[in-house]
Amino acid sequence: MIVIKHNEFTSGLKAGTSIAIGYFPVALTFGLLAKTAGLSIIEATAMSLFVFAGASQYIALSLITAAVNPMLIVMNTFIVNIRHFLMTASLNEKMMPEKRWIKALYAFGITDESFSVLATSKKERVSTSFAFGVTFIAYASWVIFTAVGHVVGANLPIFLQAAMSIALYAMFVGLLVPSMKGNRKVVMLAGTAAAIHSFFYFTELLSTGWAILFSTLASAIFIEVIYAKRNKTTETTYTRKEEL
Amino acid sequence: MGATYWWMILGMALATYIPRMIPLTLLEGKELPPVISGVLRNIPYAVLGALIFPAILFVQEGNILFGILGAATAFLIAILGGGVMPVVLGTIGVLAVYSLFM
Repeated sequence: MIVIKHNEFTSGLKAGTSIAIGYFPVALTFGLLAKTAGLSIIEATAMSLFVFAGASQYIALSLITAAVNPMLIVMNTFIVNIRHFLMTASLNEKMMPEKRWIKALYAFGITDESFSVLATSKKERVSTSFAFGVTFIAYASWVIFTAVGHVVGANLPIFLQAAMSIALYAMFVGLLVPSMKGNRKVVMLAGTAAAIHSFFYFTELLSTGWAILFSTLASAIFIEVIYAKRNKTTETTYTRKEEL
Repeated sequence: MGATYWWMILGMALATYIPRMIPLTLLEGKELPPVISGVLRNIPYAVLGALIFPAILFVQEGNILFGILGAATAFLIAILGGGVMPVVLGTIGVLAVYSLFM
């Protein structure tokens, strides 16, 4: 049995609201594009319902339109999502202990965005109910507005569409900055990953999925090594002082 | 689209679900070596850096000024101590006004 704590679930819903807002224009456009690609409303909504992965779904649409072999579309989806192995391994350190099958349930809702909200939570450990709240509201927004986009068949007014395209990035900034304050390690982690990702972006050496995976991992390891060395040096100076 | 489409959906669903589910279930209750758990705890901040830059600058094709204004607004509100929601809504608001009048 899953025991859902109401106040935890509700604060999860609140924390996930910014994701829901950010997904709104992306899902709406996805529904619209799916229609133009020839998918029925059932087919379009089913993809959002079962797959729940923004980037992969957009790529799938363009590949469907180009009549690419479905096997290749599935393989591409997997490659784009390999980075989630790293993210959920990291998230596991933050989550409260829980039965495996229950973790397998909320694992379905872990996207770049819900991962960011959960992993940067100020709590020492994040509860299962909170995770269900965050992923539920994000998922609901994604599925509902896919269907709405298909039905309405039109986009938001251009000025609003343009402005809302910033929403998810603004959310990432809003999650990152409070942790950066007074914490040099966080600043270095984000800065290094941003620099490496920019390098791959401009040189086009790696596609986005791989570039995010590589720049994240490289930054996390590099900064960890620097800090481990620094701690060692301080430790040795301390012992030397004691010897003197 | 037919049956092929539904097989593709199933394949895509597994391809997204497996990388999300395997680590969360397999690593449950496992104590990892300190070096590895140290690196894993760095991941969220590194991920955010990589997700924000450089993509935030290019949200509107061919208009980097739009991205710069959006990034500056978001960082400013966040540094001033606004929560996540004020950052999101404030940035949308500033860019909506910008797109209306530019």
